[in-house]
Amino acid sequence: MTHLDVLPDAPKPLAATVQQVSHRYGKVLALDDVTLDLPAGQMVGLIGPDGVGKSTLMALIAGAKKLQTGHVETLGGAMTSARHRADAGRRIAFMPQGLGRNLYHDLSIQENLDFFGKLFGLGKAERATRIARLTRATGLSTFMDRPAGKLSGGMKQKLGLCASLIHDPDFLLLDEPTTGVDPLSRRQFWDLIDTIRADRPEMSVLVSTAYMEEAARFGHLVAMEGGRILATGSPADLMERTGKPTVEAAYVALLGGDSAQEPAPEKPAPKAEIETGPPAIRAEGLTKRFGDFTAVDSVSFEIARGEIFGFLGSNGCGKTTTMKMLTGLTEATEGEAWIFGQPVDAQNLDTRHRVGFMSQSFSLYGELSVRENLLLHARLYHLGRTLTAQRLAELVPRFGLEPYLDQGAASLPLGVRQRLSLAVAVLHGPDILILDEPTSGVDPQARDMFWDMLLELAHRDGVTIFISTHFMDEGMRCDRISLMHAGKVLVSDAPKALIAKRGVETLEDAFIAYMLDASAADAPMEEGMLTSADAPEADTGAPRFSLQRLLAYTSREAMQVRRDPVRLVFSFVGSALLLLIMSFGISQEVRNIPFAAFDQDRSPESRAYLSGFEDSAWFLQAPPISDAVELERRMESGELALALQLPPGFGKSLRRGETSEIAGLIDGSDTNRAGTVESYVKGAHAHVLSEGAQSALALADLATPRTPNAAPPAQLIPRFHYNPAMESLPAIGPSIPPLLLLLFPAILMAVSVAREKEIGTITNFYVTPTSRAEFLIGKQLVYIGITLLNFVILTALVVTVLGVPLKGDPMTLVLGALLYAVAATGYGLVVSMLTKTQVTAVFAAAILSVMPTLQFSGMMTPVSSLEGAAQIMGTFWPTTWYMGISVGTFTKGLGLSELAGHLLRLAAFGPILTLLAVLALRKQER
Amino acid sequence: MRQLTNIFWLAGKELKSVLGDPVMVILILWSFVVAVVLEASGAGDTVYNAAIAILDEDNSTLTRQLTGALGPPWFQPPVMIAADQMATEMDAGRIMFVLSFPPGFEADVLRGLSPAAQLDVDATAVSQAQLGTDYLVNILTSETRAFLSGSPDAPEPAIQLELRRAFNPNGNPVWFKAMSSLLNQLSLLTIALTGAAMLREREQGTIEHLMVMPLTPFEIALSKVLANVVVVLAAFTLSLTFVVQELLQVPVSGSVPLLLAGTAVYLAAAAAIGMFLGTMARSMAQFALLVIMVIIPIIMLSGGMGAVESQPHIVQRLTTVLPSRHFLAFAKAVVFRGAGASAVWLVLSLMAGLGMAFFLASLALFRRSMNMSG
Repeated sequence: MTHLDVLPDAPKPLAATVQQVSHRYGKVLALDDVTLDLPAGQMVGLIGPDGVGKSTLMALIAGAKKLQTGHVETLGGAMTSARHRADAGRRIAFMPQGLGRNLYHDLSIQENLDFFGKLFGLGKAERATRIARLTRATGLSTFMDRPAGKLSGGMKQKLGLCASLIHDPDFLLLDEPTTGVDPLSRRQFWDLIDTIRADRPEMSVLVSTAYMEEAARFGHLVAMEGGRILATGSPADLMERTGKPTVEAAYVALLGGDSAQEPAPEKPAPKAEIETGPPAIRAEGLTKRFGDFTAVDSVSFEIARGEIFGFLGSNGCGKTTTMKMLTGLTEATEGEAWIFGQPVDAQNLDTRHRVGFMSQSFSLYGELSVRENLLLHARLYHLGRTLTAQRLAELVPRFGLEPYLDQGAASLPLGVRQRLSLAVAVLHGPDILILDEPTSGVDPQARDMFWDMLLELAHRDGVTIFISTHFMDEGMRCDRISLMHAGKVLVSDAPKALIAKRGVETLEDAFIAYMLDASAADAPMEEGMLTSADAPEADTGAPRFSLQRLLAYTSREAMQVRRDPVRLVFSFVGSALLLLIMSFGISQEVRNIPFAAFDQDRSPESRAYLSGFEDSAWFLQAPPISDAVELERRMESGELALALQLPPGFGKSLRRGETSEIAGLIDGSDTNRAGTVESYVKGAHAHVLSEGAQSALALADLATPRTPNAAPPAQLIPRFHYNPAMESLPAIGPSIPPLLLLLFPAILMAVSVAREKEIGTITNFYVTPTSRAEFLIGKQLVYIGITLLNFVILTALVVTVLGVPLKGDPMTLVLGALLYAVAATGYGLVVSMLTKTQVTAVFAAAILSVMPTLQFSGMMTPVSSLEGAAQIMGTFWPTTWYMGISVGTFTKGLGLSELAGHLLRLAAFGPILTLLAVLALRKQER
Repeated sequence: MRQLTNIFWLAGKELKSVLGDPVMVILILWSFVVAVVLEASGAGDTVYNAAIAILDEDNSTLTRQLTGALGPPWFQPPVMIAADQMATEMDAGRIMFVLSFPPGFEADVLRGLSPAAQLDVDATAVSQAQLGTDYLVNILTSETRAFLSGSPDAPEPAIQLELRRAFNPNGNPVWFKAMSSLLNQLSLLTIALTGAAMLREREQGTIEHLMVMPLTPFEIALSKVLANVVVVLAAFTLSLTFVVQELLQVPVSGSVPLLLAGTAVYLAAAAAIGMFLGTMARSMAQFALLVIMVIIPIIMLSGGMGAVESQPHIVQRLTTVLPSRHFLAFAKAVVFRGAGASAVWLVLSLMAGLGMAFFLASLALFRRSMNMSG
């Protein structure tokens, strides 16, 4: 009760108040000037189909979304204040839409709940008792080690509820908690909520739902449509006001639609002439296993031509997989299926002409317009110009698509998109339609229209329709249905017959009865308390920054990485492999330079001169050149890197004591190589001249300079430091790890953050009192650890396999690696702030880091040789400094004192990059 | 015919979706304009612009003359340092060469004693060290001769070597850098774009839609390859014309249509590699790691960062499966050496063959990956 004291002494306590709130996504207006008071201590239902703004409104009230215009007060404070959000966050629980959307699918029930407990600062003992109590009460306690991803839809929602209740919130927001959940679990879920409310009557609950029949349970209803509030009041109020017997009818009436046409109970069914022959679809013992998980368990059925056959069941019960096996998208592990008597064969293109398929999610091209989508499909089915025009003229008005023809499909309202999908599926006049949950998230009116079209197709055109749904009222409209649960078909029959057989009132009751018969699936609910009896701890004054929360993110991320070892193996094995390929593959020495001589003299002198080149290891002799045209041709083909031309009379003029000239032509297309070749030619030339001095050949005394003193006027004595033998491996080996230790961590880090954004688990960061630094640094720590592990592997490889000794101070190298790991992951964090999806994160991280690392960090060209923009990039790129440390400790034998400057500069990158990312991260969704 | 029209319409769809994504367009522009210019004009030749310091204990006319002879493009203007600074500067990697003249250097030269100057070289970058040393030996010898040339017995070698560079007479490193950088961008973008297009289609479920239509995996895969080749080829053509030829002033001596045709063949091969990776990876994160593992060898071992002939034999044999290696050989021949079709048909057919092999491999994987996505 202490929390209620915080509320102002208003006559009626409010959980939240919303004033003149509007919200846009680009051009789409999701909320249009909404003003609303939500009473405290009540269960308020937000009703309306998908896309009317329910989720947006809830996210704004929970503080998960950033307010655009208007004013929102939740639990007595403005949600624009970050301080109030942080305080209120401890008393709010928000369960977002989508089955288990905020859960970590690779973590077990225990691990998920433990993580949520840590986020709210609960101690170890306290977490254990609360988790035990919650899971006992929800019947999850026997599955504690099962990963959330492998739970059924109903169990996921129960787990989500447990996660929400772990901190005893005062205000519980549940966004469509029962969508896609089987009827039994749905019933259990609402019973759970009732129990909680009985335990803690002061708790406010806000629930949204698209199932109108559920709305009757709520004390107070808010009906929404098109971003506006249609009406508020108790269910009885609304029904009375509209004079309708059900909430659904009341809602349709509020929409202004005339729902005089009650869901047409039965069709007179003047069935079209159906050709006889084998059944349209026959399945025999279809089974599909993914690893040790059986998605579909020996399913058999037969669908007659022109029949509407329904598959009823919750999300994840195997409906989709069965349909995919029928279309040949997935191969059955066991069993067989026939379409019009033909075995399903993925290679058979002819049967595909007879089938139209509409998959669960919208799977047309969002970037194309309605017209383009239709035309694309017409072309791919080769309908021909006239038939296409004719079909479009027929289908566009029939499916009400005229106003949308030139709109991008992605921006269409859901109902219109489903109509487009159906239009595309029937475009080529298929004999069978396979529709996978075509009406999920479509409002009641649009669903009615959709079903009218289906009935017409089946009964007028004789199309066989195989449809899956989790709406019971849709099941009633099918000719026959199969009830499916956990991969098995429980029973198949006409819906009326099923109800009669069980002697119950509704199809839902019949389904539940069959499920109870079949199941040991979900453990029965035990008696137990969902809320804690002990007083909630005083945590309002908890610190802004909590190490426990930060480490909660770290240990969770570490667990997730361990569960997906492929990523780790890729990065460890991949970088080891790259290290070896690079070090042995990149040789900076140029050897085997192909050269040919164009000897126009053919004297002993010219041959003596050329033999100096032939004997050299640097040059590889090709057959001699016989004329100028050949020289040009062979240079052009790239066969020769060097051609030496000795003019006629070369020997004669030497003997006469005159200066002879040799022309050398170098292939200059590769400037790097040309430079090396040039210096080698000069070296070989000088060598021939001095060798000639001792040789017995005639060349000897003539080739040497005409001076008694053969010594050059001055000499240069080079001393090669650090790598006196001038070997390639010691030079290249230590410079590869800096490259790999940036690329892999940066990409892994960026993808990890982008993944949370894409999957939706980032909501947990939005609605819990987690600070930005806790979230990012918590995750970063894991990848710093991975980078260091990778560093150890690579260093060991450099020392053992490449045989490059670590001459300098190992601790300096380790310190450098640590600082570098912080910088690399920090860079990954910054990249992830620029992107929303994993695709762009991958792209940006790869494109923005490969080039600077390869070109500007001193790997191929010493940084001291870079100029202009390239040098600036090199200076502000962390690899440059770590490269200095790696090469310095390995080859130069340096230690802490010599490399202190490098370490200091490197140390600056990590914190600055991380800070940038922290500042760029938004605490609320936009 | 039927297949051709299918491929045509599918490729058109693919084009729209690449060009409809502003982030992709920006990244393509960045790669083909900014990255090429940065890389071509920034990083120098092997010993281009090397940092050199002089430790002059003679301080004579000859040593000052020698110091003055060192300069761009081979060396940065020399820095004068003291003996005790040498180790620190070299350890920090700020200086690659230190040239030390002992006291009495000039006097000894004049007396014909052939004195020795000492050169300290940072040999952690082997080829730069070797080349720079060779340059310095040449400069020292010729400058000292010139210094002595007043005297009647100035030595002169009997055989003179006149070296010329064909195809790039001034040895301007920008030419080659621009081409190899363009190749790197081509490889990176084509592989990533095609693979991501494949993976995106799978993640969004649209691939299922295509698979239930009377289309073969061959048509679906080929249309993606074609669309991405068209996008990148267009970007390449623009970059070649405006960035490489206009801005960087790199002349193309061969036939531009031949170059474009060869580029198209290479892009098809690279796109096939992208398809292969896109069908192999199960998630974007895996795809990213695969791309990195493939693109780095492609960039580093194709010959743009060190001649292929100098790779060890095993590596040379391995790199023959990299289409990029053959493409660089082709591009060098056409752009710099002005080679015609008769000279490059072999590398062209090699590229085409490799592309075909990767394409067939990805087709084989295609069905399997559909099954796994469940």
